[in-house]
Amino acid sequence: MKALGWLRLPLALCFAFLYLPIAVLVVMSFNGGRSAFSMGGVSLRWYAELAGDSELLRSVVNSLLVATGATVIAVVLGTTLAVGLSRYTRSAALDAYAMAPAIMPDLVLAIGLLAFYSLVAMTLGLMSVMLAHAVFGMAFVVAVVRARMAQVDPSLEEASRDLGAGALTTFVRITLPSIAPAVVAGALLTFTLSLDEFVIAFFTNGPTTPTLPISIYSMVRFGVTPEINALATVLLLISFTVVIAAARTTRPTEVLDD
Amino acid sequence: MTSSSMLRSGRGASERSARTERASLLGPGLLYVTAFMAVPVLLVLSYVVFQRGRFGGIVYEFTLDNFSRALAETYRVVLVDSVIIAGAATLLALVIGYPVAYAIAQLPDRWRTIALVLVVIPFWTNFLVRTYAWIVLLSSEGVVNRSLISLGVIDDPLTMLYTRGAVVVGLLYAYLPLMILPLYASITRLDPELREAATNLGASRLRTFRDITWPLTLPGAITGCIFVFVPSLGNFVIPELLGGGKTVMIGNVVRDQFLKARDWPFGATLALFLIVVLVLLFALQSVLSRRYSTGGPR
Repeated sequence: MKALGWLRLPLALCFAFLYLPIAVLVVMSFNGGRSAFSMGGVSLRWYAELAGDSELLRSVVNSLLVATGATVIAVVLGTTLAVGLSRYTRSAALDAYAMAPAIMPDLVLAIGLLAFYSLVAMTLGLMSVMLAHAVFGMAFVVAVVRARMAQVDPSLEEASRDLGAGALTTFVRITLPSIAPAVVAGALLTFTLSLDEFVIAFFTNGPTTPTLPISIYSMVRFGVTPEINALATVLLLISFTVVIAAARTTRPTEVLDD
Repeated sequence: MTSSSMLRSGRGASERSARTERASLLGPGLLYVTAFMAVPVLLVLSYVVFQRGRFGGIVYEFTLDNFSRALAETYRVVLVDSVIIAGAATLLALVIGYPVAYAIAQLPDRWRTIALVLVVIPFWTNFLVRTYAWIVLLSSEGVVNRSLISLGVIDDPLTMLYTRGAVVVGLLYAYLPLMILPLYASITRLDPELREAATNLGASRLRTFRDITWPLTLPGAITGCIFVFVPSLGNFVIPELLGGGKTVMIGNVVRDQFLKARDWPFGATLALFLIVVLVLLFALQSVLSRRYSTGGPR
């Protein structure tokens, strides 16, 4: 800590910048008054309001369904693809292709998918959002699992094959256990990214199937109510728990390391 | 199974089964990316040379009108404005993010992890909620104005919300972690002996930074800039919520062309700008990282 010197100041200012807005929302969520901007006594009334908001709860269920489906698709396809890329090809172009959805601007992917769904006359709803979320989730699963595969000794797989195990047996008993932490990290990543994803869902959801971010968007657009503060606090609590749980299994920069 | 073990086993069917394995592992995933990314993106980009139907939809007749429209005064202003706003957010993120990433890299191991997690947590909280927090802070009856008034610093509330500044701050807040993480990664990769050598040879701290640290961490800085600039450029939520409709960025126009005006060819043409910028930035990055990749340990 002593080595930091004057660098302590930017560090402290940066954390103040990152956490002040969040802290304000949390404090405001216990507001007893009607204003979202100032405190009028302390109460849990906005949490009660939140719990009784059936439309919002329905969008939470929608989001959970979408995220679960997208995660299953992304993990199955992403894991097999990452293993295939590591063991069966040296093509940098295929690698880039598999991970491209992660860097594609979300707006471009969103309008592309809208155009595509309209061309194939697919009904917009939870399914169209889920299929869309799976494609970028898969790119993140590939990135994480691919990094892990680089550390797995291929001679283990060869030994298993030479001892007579089939391709599937080798995959399930040798490859999968050695990449399991990465698969779990990829799944967590896909699930949380999907829950939070707004732009693609905004373009590809159906008229009666809002996901949670879409509901939040309309709440925020139609005026500021203290209910959002309570919702924000609940979401913050969930993210804190997930991030801290994930940090215990993987390094936070793993995905960005090249 | 690798090719070497295949040669050793020498079974007749092994080559065919290896090909089947390869196809069954690579096939489904690559098909999925093709169906749900490549085809959609190419499809929408093909619209740039077609016309809008009378009631929306696409008329497949070749035209270059979309381009001349996109470059006309109204939209040129929007394009330039978007680049300026996203550029300002990126530059601020770099100026703030660099010393922060540097400081985190100097922390003892235990504190490093905690600091990184603290940087990442806001990024994992809902993007709309994070943007909304700035409405609560910056509004004329907001927390900042109320505090300043009750402290007697100002008499009348300052206009902070619904300005370009608010949009820049919102973008900065949304994407700052994406600047800090790649910077941190490239700073920790630096060989400390290079800096020691420079100091031993009599270089000042400023000189060491300018000639050693900065060039070697430039690839990380470029990655960070791309990670902040690209999503900022196409963002339509932050300009809408914090810019109050007065600050219009490309993302807003694309959104409106697709969902309100239903002029998909024109919307696609403006979106093409986002792709072109992305490609140019990645090309720049690969040139620069090749030039600077020879210095540090890896």
